[in-house]
Amino acid sequence: MPKFTLPHTVEVVERIQETPTIFTLRLRFVDQKQQQDYRFQPGQFNMLYLHGIGEIPISIVSDPADEALFDHTIRVVGRVTKGLSHLQTGDQIGIRGPFGRGWPLKTALGKDVILVTGGLGCAPVVSVIRYVIRRRDLFGRLVIMQGVKRADDLIWREQYTQWEALHDTQVILAASEEKQASWPWHTGHVTNLMDKAHFNPANAIAMMCGPEPMMRAAIEPLLREGVPENDLWLSMERNMQCAIGHCGHCQYGDKFICKDGPVFPYAEIKHLFGQAGY
Amino acid sequence: MDQRFLPRNEFHQLIDVLLAADYSVIGPQVQNGAIVYDSMTNVDQLPKGFTDAQEAGQYSLHQSNNPYYFSWAAAAQSIKPLCFKPKEVLWKSSISDQGTLNFTEPLLDVKPTAIIGVKACDIAALKLQDQHFLEQEYVDPTYKRRRESLFIISVDCAYPAATCFCHSTNDGPTNQTGFDINLTELENGFIISTGTDAGQSIVDGLQSYDISVDQLSEKSKQEKTAINQQRKLPHTDIAQTLKHAQDHQQWDDIAQRCLACGNCTAVCPSCFCHSEHDEYPLNSPEVSHVRQWDSCFNHGHSYIHGIVIRSETRNRYRQWLTHKFANWVDQYGRSGCTGCGRCISWCPVGIDVTQELAVICGEEDA
Repeated sequence: MPKFTLPHTVEVVERIQETPTIFTLRLRFVDQKQQQDYRFQPGQFNMLYLHGIGEIPISIVSDPADEALFDHTIRVVGRVTKGLSHLQTGDQIGIRGPFGRGWPLKTALGKDVILVTGGLGCAPVVSVIRYVIRRRDLFGRLVIMQGVKRADDLIWREQYTQWEALHDTQVILAASEEKQASWPWHTGHVTNLMDKAHFNPANAIAMMCGPEPMMRAAIEPLLREGVPENDLWLSMERNMQCAIGHCGHCQYGDKFICKDGPVFPYAEIKHLFGQAGY
Repeated sequence: MDQRFLPRNEFHQLIDVLLAADYSVIGPQVQNGAIVYDSMTNVDQLPKGFTDAQEAGQYSLHQSNNPYYFSWAAAAQSIKPLCFKPKEVLWKSSISDQGTLNFTEPLLDVKPTAIIGVKACDIAALKLQDQHFLEQEYVDPTYKRRRESLFIISVDCAYPAATCFCHSTNDGPTNQTGFDINLTELENGFIISTGTDAGQSIVDGLQSYDISVDQLSEKSKQEKTAINQQRKLPHTDIAQTLKHAQDHQQWDDIAQRCLACGNCTAVCPSCFCHSEHDEYPLNSPEVSHVRQWDSCFNHGHSYIHGIVIRSETRNRYRQWLTHKFANWVDQYGRSGCTGCGRCISWCPVGIDVTQELAVICGEEDA
């Protein structure tokens, strides 16, 4: 069993600039045995430690079947993400993890999978998209709903086009503040486009990640369509410093988001969801 | 469990035996006008004859001719810092000239430590900290080391302060469990009982005496007096009431008074929040990753990528009280409050948690 209270050294194998402020780090444990033993579920996260700067939680975006490497897609927001953005191939950082409850991929087997994301919230959900596409026959329809503010905020643009072409797969993209005519998809809020999504509500599971108002706006039409509360899954974010349920920052009512989540069925958190101060 | 008697003028034996058994001894003593726990080697360091007067926003000590060592209620700080240090290095990292990053756990210099004079409220709170740091999915290694090295000599509390309500939380004032040795302080000495084999082996090293019927009756009389505490919690189901009182106007009322200073969380024996940061010394390439006590009253506690979830004092106080008395029950099977009353005494504006709960539970005049 790996030690969760002490980081392990990993090295940057590749660094990909996705947009001016978003980059992906492809990482590998320096210790080969650790790399072999490392297993995670989509939706789980690692703590990334940058020497002398600090440690932050970042979700794992790669497929668990890729055992040689694992990827983190990161937006530059604060001190640590800025420092991480300067890393080059061969640089080393610390990793603790994986932590938390991931997406309910076993529960999703055989069901229509609806993925609703906003902004960079797509990173944890992209791990599910890739997971489903690699195991396409095990799932029903795949509906990808991604909202951004502007066209520039959309990363992996070509991938959406590729995904759109797959059978039983639907991609609904919307930019809420985009005015350029070159934007080929919808304008407005993606959550207003639920009537365009084709799925069987009685046999569907929705997974969402992104700003909470966006998830709230998505839950309403999904429930109205008849998707049961327990089949609505949300990836939640709060301040996290220890990732092992000790530091107290990520408490959400009686839950510790780091270990009880970050992925929750809506029914488990709906009494607090959207309430100011939680 | 065999009970023995140790006369007060022979109490030094206990300290001597502990020191001879290679324990570091920590006990209550008067420092800067307050009772605090600190290292000791001599019985004369104990706060003989001191009592504490505590009220909302007030704490003072008074000395009299009474011969008691433990005639005070809750020490200024609980025993929490002994296992959950206010500041602790979690790991050290260094980068070699070749760019190799290396992590090491700090070497902990933890000696077996005996603490004398722990009250029931703090024993109960230590159990809560054990649940949090040792009995969930992940075990905290430094807490574990310090906790395993701790030898506890509790004392039944006979002098509750006006701020105490441990009887109302079912945690005191006498000790039933959680100690190696328990003391009941009587007029002429101590009734000693043991809770563990380690405790028994220390008691075996003392020259002690059989207890008399009179001493037992003095003990039971003392217990009856001690439970006449002035403060108490509301009778209603506080956890359920709080969960349904998130929009109560009392939160706004409290926010008019609360300074969000975090004193209450600093003296609370069960609060566990801490933050982590790096310390980069100028004279060494080795970085320490450190944890330090934090408070849910701090602005940064709920910070996330540019947003502060609880920017208003109202929501911070609500978070603290709701966590302590409601969410804690779901997390750990009981309330996180053990009735020590410190948050009342050390609140600079005298906010009284029992009063605020009474208002929210609709029992103001109870």
